Amino acid sequence: MAGIAEVLGVAEAFAEVERRAIPKVPTLRGKVIATLFFEESTRTRLSFETAAKRLSADVLSLAVATSAVKKGESLRDTVETVEALGIDALIIRHASSGAPLQVARWAKRARVVNAGDGWHEHPTQALVDCFTIRQVIAERTGVDPASLGVSCFAGLRILLVGDIAHSRVARSAVLAYAALGAEVTVVGPSSLLPPGIERWAVRVGTDLDAELARADVVSLLRLQSERGSGEFVPTLREYTARFGLTAARAERLAPHTIVTHPGPMVRGVEIASDVAELPNSVITRQVTNGVAVRMATLFLLLGAEGSAELAAGRG
Amino acid sequence: MAERAAKTLVIRGGRVVDGEAGAAPRRADVAIEGGAIVAVGEGLSVPAGARVLDAGGCVVGPGLVDLHAHLRQPGAEEAETVESASRAAALGGYTAVVAMPNTEPAIDSAEMVRAVLGLGRAAPCEVAVAGAITVGRAGERLAPMAELAALGVVLFTDDGRGVQDGALLRRALDYARGLGVTLAEHCEDEAIAAGGVMHEGEWSGRLGLPGAPAAAEEAMLGRDLALVRATGAPMHFLHLSTAGSVELVRRAKRDGLPVTAEVTPHHLVLDDAEVAAYDPVFRVNPPLRTRADMAALWEGLADGTIDAVATDHAPHPPEAKDQPFDQAPPGMLGLETALAVVAGALAGAEKDGDGTLGPVAGRLSLPGLWWDMSVAPAAIARLGPLDLRPGGHSAQGGPVAPGAAANLCVFDPAASWTVDPGALASRSANTPYRGRTLVGRVRHTVLRGEPVVVDAAAQG
Repeated sequence: MAGIAEVLGVAEAFAEVERRAIPKVPTLRGKVIATLFFEESTRTRLSFETAAKRLSADVLSLAVATSAVKKGESLRDTVETVEALGIDALIIRHASSGAPLQVARWAKRARVVNAGDGWHEHPTQALVDCFTIRQVIAERTGVDPASLGVSCFAGLRILLVGDIAHSRVARSAVLAYAALGAEVTVVGPSSLLPPGIERWAVRVGTDLDAELARADVVSLLRLQSERGSGEFVPTLREYTARFGLTAARAERLAPHTIVTHPGPMVRGVEIASDVAELPNSVITRQVTNGVAVRMATLFLLLGAEGSAELAAGRG
Repeated sequence: MAERAAKTLVIRGGRVVDGEAGAAPRRADVAIEGGAIVAVGEGLSVPAGARVLDAGGCVVGPGLVDLHAHLRQPGAEEAETVESASRAAALGGYTAVVAMPNTEPAIDSAEMVRAVLGLGRAAPCEVAVAGAITVGRAGERLAPMAELAALGVVLFTDDGRGVQDGALLRRALDYARGLGVTLAEHCEDEAIAAGGVMHEGEWSGRLGLPGAPAAAEEAMLGRDLALVRATGAPMHFLHLSTAGSVELVRRAKRDGLPVTAEVTPHHLVLDDAEVAAYDPVFRVNPPLRTRADMAALWEGLADGTIDAVATDHAPHPPEAKDQPFDQAPPGMLGLETALAVVAGALAGAEKDGDGTLGPVAGRLSLPGLWWDMSVAPAAIARLGPLDLRPGGHSAQGGPVAPGAAANLCVFDPAASWTVDPGALASRSANTPYRGRTLVGRVRHTVLRGEPVVVDAAAQG
């Protein structure tokens, strides 16, 4: 099984490819990769498809809105049909937690990549965030990311802010950061903390201002109003007042504090409009790095001895 | 004489649990003629031409009675039929099942009661019927309960859902009291459950699945107990699953309220960690809870707070269960495995001192469990010897004594078998025990003197 360090290392090599005049390598020529997005997404699907194309794989994109799924075809039948086309990897986004794991059990030979499942996990996004954080630290210290390894995460104080309960990004991030030895704190409305969080490898903070002052990295999570998170707080205004990165809070951040957001951002709710352009905000970098990290994921699964486990999420 | 002997059936070499509370099994043969037990004793002589069923190493007791089975007919025959479910029941040692009314259409009219009773007449297991409390189980207006009661229906439930409207339930209790029937509630406050698909707790938090908190069950149970106190009408509580529920019923019984309660085998032996691989076979309602809840349920069974073990047998075809966890319908098979699962867990606990059952080991024995799976449920469904009603119901729930109806289950507590979903009699395969080895198996089942299961195989 490929560890996080290995994925980051391979991604670093692919980031170098991306800087070339023709950012394309023949690594996965002849492989067929299908994206099955059962839930709306722009950036993740484009990121995966760009990654696959830069590796010279053929890409099939199942548009669920016009497919047999709309006629009542089951997920299992859809997977079996797509696999019958000779697919090597299925990249799946689904509103149901655990769906990619089930798909991995149904698939006969295709590798399965979890591109986000319900509230459960979004593993490649967590890898992108790890990659981006390391990249920034490497630049600041003038050390090559490869020689930095993952040691830069040991004791790093990472703060996740917002709707933890409904956030697949948060679940994957907590697992990844904890595995790398970071000190993870979460802060959010208590109605948006998942049950049993006291057993997670995190500290639960209550005072955002106190936590911001000591954080090396601040990860803002989207208030997922389309999943009904709106009912969990009285008003967006009250949410922003308590948990938003307002301009006043942004001004008090330590100069070295890195600000991340998995997107899409709701400006004016979890982050003030002008804060996203902070010098320490790495939000556009996260999008750019997404391609290299997803190239690494696909390469490790299809181009080298990899493991479906890593990408399909925890058992 | 020869003619009479030909009709004699002798169950030989077993130990009899006769339906007396707390009595230890005693070595005895059981002789049966014309649907009734004629003799019980050690070393009975076998008349020439009599049929003998070997019960060596087995416990012989009154046939099991299930208060809670979804037979799916009419409306979902692809999942199960009365015929397939009663075969499954017979293989599980059951001689009577109460069919839940959440069929399509629901059992909320005399016509539907007659139809399902008719389907059950030739079945290898007695089929009784529970009626709906509200028309179409929609929770809006009362079903014609007197019309159903006249056909022998004694249990009324909207199972699958609780009656959400407290005022309506209060009217139903008042009305039921006058009819002498019992309402059975599926306790789940749907507003609090908020669409949860598993127990709300550490596992739901990790798995990112919406959770239904224990409070959803306990809030409705608390409301219902207050209404029982207010109306004096009896109530039965279906598939209790939380430690808090056990405590609420314990207090209610201490106060003398006319309530009874059941627990399922799966809530006794499976916890919410089973959901970790998102296998929809473990989606059930109420959801699998925690090990602490399991321990409290065992304790409730041991101290009499919980009266009965009931299966909540809920077949679903593969195409319904082969879906993302949160989209698959809740429910699991239970009839064929119930006694083996519960007796096996109990025997295992006595041997290994399991953490969950440890405290009840020694206080809850196989005869005690048999009471909870036969005598008590027969009394709650009024299928027992004192409750012979019109419509041809035979006496269920023992005793194993001369003159009693010959409805018997012969169980080998040492036989081990591996559960193969494809080999079960049910039309569906959604057993949570797939591939597990169970210790204890029903060897023979006798219904009204006829062997319907012999050597773990259905007859006829």
